[in-house]
Amino acid sequence: MTKQAILTAIRRGLKRGSLPADQAAMLSGRMAAHPRHLIPARSRLPASGQVALFVRNVEAAFGTVASVPDSASVPGAVADYLAAQNLPGSLIMAPHPELQAIPWQDRPLLEVRQGRAEATDAVSVQHGFAGIAETGTLMLPGSPQRPVTLNLLADTAIVVLRASHVVGAYEDGWDRLRAEVGPMPRNVMFVTGPSRSADIEQTLELGAHGPRRLHVVLVGDPAPD
Amino acid sequence: MHIATSPAFKENARAALANAGLQKALARSGPSFIARRAAAAADLPEFETLRDTARDIKNHALANLDFYLEAYEAKVLESGGKVHWCSDAGQARDTVLAICQAAGARTVTKGKSMIGEEISINEHLEKHGIVPVETDLGEYIIQLRHELPSHIIAPAFHLNMEDWEDAFRKAHTDLPADRQFAERRDILIEARERLRSKFLAADVGITGANFLIAETGSSVIVTNEGNGDLTQTLPKVHIVLASIEKCVPTLEDATSLLRVLARSATGQEFSVYTTFSTGARRPDDLDGPHEYHVVLIDNGRSAMFGTDFQEMLRCIRCAACMNHCPVYGAVGGHAYGWVYPGPMGAVLTPTLIGVEKAGHLPNASTFCGKCESVCPVRIPLPKLMRHWREREFERHLSPAGVRGGLAVWGFFARRPALYRLATRLGAVALGLFGRKKGRFARMPFAGGWTAGRDLPAPEGDTFFARYAKAQRSGAVQ
Repeated sequence: MTKQAILTAIRRGLKRGSLPADQAAMLSGRMAAHPRHLIPARSRLPASGQVALFVRNVEAAFGTVASVPDSASVPGAVADYLAAQNLPGSLIMAPHPELQAIPWQDRPLLEVRQGRAEATDAVSVQHGFAGIAETGTLMLPGSPQRPVTLNLLADTAIVVLRASHVVGAYEDGWDRLRAEVGPMPRNVMFVTGPSRSADIEQTLELGAHGPRRLHVVLVGDPAPD
Repeated sequence: MHIATSPAFKENARAALANAGLQKALARSGPSFIARRAAAAADLPEFETLRDTARDIKNHALANLDFYLEAYEAKVLESGGKVHWCSDAGQARDTVLAICQAAGARTVTKGKSMIGEEISINEHLEKHGIVPVETDLGEYIIQLRHELPSHIIAPAFHLNMEDWEDAFRKAHTDLPADRQFAERRDILIEARERLRSKFLAADVGITGANFLIAETGSSVIVTNEGNGDLTQTLPKVHIVLASIEKCVPTLEDATSLLRVLARSATGQEFSVYTTFSTGARRPDDLDGPHEYHVVLIDNGRSAMFGTDFQEMLRCIRCAACMNHCPVYGAVGGHAYGWVYPGPMGAVLTPTLIGVEKAGHLPNASTFCGKCESVCPVRIPLPKLMRHWREREFERHLSPAGVRGGLAVWGFFARRPALYRLATRLGAVALGLFGRKKGRFARMPFAGGWTAGRDLPAPEGDTFFARYAKAQRSGAVQ
């Protein structure tokens, strides 16, 4: 069998047979404990500092951020953003309870549908699981309540994220995922800014195959320190 | 298989130096890669330490790769996916074809994958009536032009705006012939519109993998355009092409490697999309592929274990080595004649297609050491190239002139007193002859050098003599 042949060739090169049980147990233990390595100090800040760093980094990656005090202010912030960009008010929204609880009816000009995105959708609203301050990255684990197509197909991607869900490093995001979701979701996307390409003459152009605009609506206050 | 033109490296290099378009592209793009990496490294005080961490993680993964691959496979199965082990390119091609045929596929979208280039998957699918569509912008034009990529992260590195316009006009004949391509943006928009319908129509999506994760059974891709994500999300079948050395133990290990990958590659802190895929669509999911296959390819890697070249398996394909290489900077990627160019290609290509075909590549280095100095996993590339030169010499593959010259040099090098006398006489004589101009336009036995540039004349003593003098005067210890 090919599998055995490949494994045997690796072992022959490493000048050993299969790992002895104690070593295998040690490696299994390492996977279960998944130890962290060195984490850059830049995100080791109080929560308010992490939110500020997150916002700065999103903007450095050509994304935009609007901060609002509470969920009730989200429809207004979205409507204002779309009007400023001269975009239509038709949204495809993730069927996530936190997004469903937002009083969208306060803005009757916004037409909100729920589900996955199709190629015809111009604006998507995704639920942000976490924001990674280290590089201004959104962590978006896929689920029935957070379809992956919402990250990709619309020209304008809006992500609603609670400020208290901004963490320092990617590892903090993994820990939260393990604690709150459990087993690895089918898809976990880390998104840093809108789609871009530098394939033409190594010169940056925004809006390749994914969203041309990425807008984060940051809700509420940072987590208490 | 791609026919390797590596044996003709010298001719390729000569043609590349005379290619005005290529030289324009190299002059424009080379320096910007270097500056961007330097800026990203400077912005992260921990960067050098993280390179050590990255090296250690890959070393640990490789030292236990048999264990981690089996753990990885178990997790893929658990999450509803399948792993297909393949020893070589032929087996991998047939496996991919069989999955596509079982899915009744007519078109296949592809994310950028170097292992896909290595096994020439596109040709194989085409031969069997399946249309592969490259969706990374750079790969898309390479496919239109029937070329190999000239760079591992910037496939169209060698092209200029006029080449893009020309290829798009020839390929998209249904669009108005008088349309304008005033700026790069116009190219991008046309490609986006053209490829959007391909993403939606494809039956199978094929991507590569930057990492495989044993802890979770995940494959990881890193892109800026979002094409890889559309490729792996929209079709009903997702095939991952990955070579065995991509496997690392945990999410934390992969995360640490990602911290040095984008910075070393494009100088970004993080790529736009870093995506972890684990198995097939789950119950109640509204999107995602119904089938998830990993085609796990050896193709020469297992034979590198226990050899001088095991360290090469740490490579995470960032391209920093070629971005900083003076030889790559002068001749570009195509001169190397196969899939992997630059210093990493000079080490890897001989292991994959044989040193008898690719022996020129490890010789095409000045050994300036820049590649090793920027490698995020600290692969000693010059040392590995030197190992290839030794093997080439031992196997009598180097030309008679080179062997003769080395034999003469070896004779003197083993007799230090004679060596010093000979070099001293040489330096004095050349210094006298070249006193007037300070350089030589022609020189016996050095025609290869003087054909392209002048040889500077020695200005005094040999290095040995000057060093001894400096020691005596206390200038050096």
